[in-house]
Amino acid sequence: MGRDRARLITASAVVPVGFLGLFFAYPVATVLWRGLGFGGDVALADLLGSGRTRDAVWFTVWQAAVSTVLTVAVALPGASALARSRPRTQRRLRALVTIPFVLPTVVVAGAFAELFVRFGLDDGPVRLRHTVWAILLAHVFFNYAVVVRTVGSFWAGLDGRVEEQARVLGAGRARTFREVTLPRLRPAIAAAASIVFLFSFTSFGVVLVLGGPRQATIETEIYRYAVLRTDFSTAAALAVVQLVAVVALVALANRLERTRPLTQRAGHRTGLRRSRLGGAVNGLGVAMLLGLPILVVIERSLTVGDRYGLTNYRALGTRLTMLPAPATTAIRNSLVYAAVATTIALAVGTIAALVVVHGRGALRHVLDLGLTLPLGTSAVTIGFGILIALDQPPLDLRTTWWIVPIAHSLVGIPFVVRTMVPVLRRIDPSLREAAAVLGASPGRVRREIDLPIAGRGMLVGASFAFAVSMGEFGATAFIPRRPDTLTAPQALFRMLSTPGELVRGQAMALAVILMLVVAIAVLAIESVRGSDEGTF
Amino acid sequence: MWELRDASVRFGSTTALDGVDLRVDPGEIVVILGPSGCGKSTLLRALAGLQPLDRGNVWIDGRDATREPPHTRGIGLMFQDPTLFPHRTVGDNVAFGLRMLGWDRAARADRVAEMLDLVGLPDFAARAVDTLSGGEAQRVALARSLAPGPRLLLLDEPWAALDRTLRDRLTAEIPALLRSTGTSAVHVTHDHDEAFAIADRVAVMHRGRVLRVAPPAELFADPRTATVARFLGHENIVDDGAGRRVIRRDAASVDEQGELDVRVTGCRFRGDHHDVTVASDLGTLRFHLDRGFAIGAAVRLHIDPDRVAPLADD
Repeated sequence: MGRDRARLITASAVVPVGFLGLFFAYPVATVLWRGLGFGGDVALADLLGSGRTRDAVWFTVWQAAVSTVLTVAVALPGASALARSRPRTQRRLRALVTIPFVLPTVVVAGAFAELFVRFGLDDGPVRLRHTVWAILLAHVFFNYAVVVRTVGSFWAGLDGRVEEQARVLGAGRARTFREVTLPRLRPAIAAAASIVFLFSFTSFGVVLVLGGPRQATIETEIYRYAVLRTDFSTAAALAVVQLVAVVALVALANRLERTRPLTQRAGHRTGLRRSRLGGAVNGLGVAMLLGLPILVVIERSLTVGDRYGLTNYRALGTRLTMLPAPATTAIRNSLVYAAVATTIALAVGTIAALVVVHGRGALRHVLDLGLTLPLGTSAVTIGFGILIALDQPPLDLRTTWWIVPIAHSLVGIPFVVRTMVPVLRRIDPSLREAAAVLGASPGRVRREIDLPIAGRGMLVGASFAFAVSMGEFGATAFIPRRPDTLTAPQALFRMLSTPGELVRGQAMALAVILMLVVAIAVLAIESVRGSDEGTF
Repeated sequence: MWELRDASVRFGSTTALDGVDLRVDPGEIVVILGPSGCGKSTLLRALAGLQPLDRGNVWIDGRDATREPPHTRGIGLMFQDPTLFPHRTVGDNVAFGLRMLGWDRAARADRVAEMLDLVGLPDFAARAVDTLSGGEAQRVALARSLAPGPRLLLLDEPWAALDRTLRDRLTAEIPALLRSTGTSAVHVTHDHDEAFAIADRVAVMHRGRVLRVAPPAELFADPRTATVARFLGHENIVDDGAGRRVIRRDAASVDEQGELDVRVTGCRFRGDHHDVTVASDLGTLRFHLDRGFAIGAAVRLHIDPDRVAPLADD
């Protein structure tokens, strides 16, 4: 590669650095500044002394820990099934379990709330509504895919003959799993678990909807102080607590990921007999956990009184009293914002990925690390930061709808970068050399070699960014409510908070539409994604 | 005594094992010889219990062990690569089977030391497995397989990934080692030289079937079918009108009174013999002769009838 091109790439780092600096670093720094008391408020000390905060921090930590343990336990059989299936089945299974993962949090929360109503678990002898159990269930639902995909892909790459050795050396099936398979899976399980913990730790929509007013995590506390009480200094102090915890977690996750062995022998399928009954129980359990909430939502959306019909869907065009605009407007807004956010994420993310892969010196490392931060930082902190930092001229973005897609793209950029970097790294320099020797000019090489290969990565990143934007809830919750900033998840949240059979049906109809849009985006991802590409 | 009776395994539309009968006597080394994909690995895995049979049985010492799980069969298994447990030390790898048998720590340590001595790796017990060279790892795998005193050792092309010198050495050492412990073995390979060097009996496999089982010398002298003859390295398969025959490469000698006129088409010096290719009425033949010839030379050869065997139709 020419010197000039390297210099050009390094220079173009201005774009991602500038964008992330303005819309991510500056708002987050503002939160830190105020939270640490430089703005004149000294809320942090008070806050750490208050029992309410201590309770919230404690609850955040333990529910995340329990969610993680439960998810790993429930998903390991799934990972095993994935690892043992044929490549084609493997691709389908991966796509299938990924749908829950990318579903909007509010949709999932609403689905579980509806599930409880449908099966009489909402109230009565067994009450799940507004309990920690509801939150844990939803977290397992969400993160099942993280464990199945991360551990399953790793497992599929392990040489099964090592287990066969253990079997002929006298270890039974259970003992082989405990003594040989589990230790070998440990790096993948640790990596998956740290991601699940992080997601559960920063979970917002699920806790807000399913936990009710009494289950408070750091995230929901920030929201309550900032949005419901407009007590910005306390909210900022809480955000500092959150940031510290998240940075520590991300550092830990990165370390665990680094200890993961990079080279593995190609998997060697084994003929070891597996239990059919176990497989059936596993399949049924997963179908219940992942499928039932979705089915319940679909059924409820089609229920009109004691019959089935499309009335709920038709009613979405009429404005409800708790909404500034009809739900259909919210859907249209969301589609537009998702398109804009995806475009921004793709542009900024692609440049950033190029710098990370081909750039020079310290810059690429700084950018590499800087890009993982928005992924780790909770959406709530980002939204809150934008709310308090970009609120005055010349940068008063609260009055324009642009603020919504910009906030969403911050969540999408890391996804684009994380899918593109491995693809770009994998382009073998000898391919370019071969093309050049065959007479291709540098520009032609880029067009004929780099672009087609990187294009797939871009497409995958784009679909993810789109799905993320469609379902984004945490950051958007902080953006002032006007008809033109109302997104579909926001509308759904407010419909879910309103009691009443009629609103309920319409909420479910809106949820189904959101699910469909996101599922289509994800299935598009899976059809272009090779089986060997990155996990998350 | 281990036996496969009418063992059959299908993978989808391909038949990996097709009604195989095979007996392994105590202390015996049986070598399965055949091209890749002939089902020889499947045969091993069936003996180990790693591959369920679609039809037929596995008999161990007179009892039907078809449904017995792998871990109670008392088997050692070696693959082409060592498949050591990556998260355990060399010593823990070797001790694994002993732990499964419930040996106590002290007894295990003694046995591990003994086994590592046996494979020429003393003082390796504390090493991490990723610090071993390919040859060392394979020898640790051998120590691990032998440590619990298996009644049957299954070897699936165990030296294929090793360099020539090491392979020759292990090929020479293994039979003595197995005999010293009284272990039976089934060894899979596609290399007939290796098969002859270690086998008590050789079983030739082709397309999921065992074509012939016999001691190496008997098999080489009388392969009976052209397919078996080719696997054993025979090239001179001729049809002189009276039927098909195989002529060993060492069957010819230069003799003015001989019965076969040939023209030399190639000649290479090989130290203790000359490798001569000739054209004759019987087709192209290859012989090991004690002198060389220029290309195009006309030579008369005598064929030793004791080194010619008739072949039946396959």
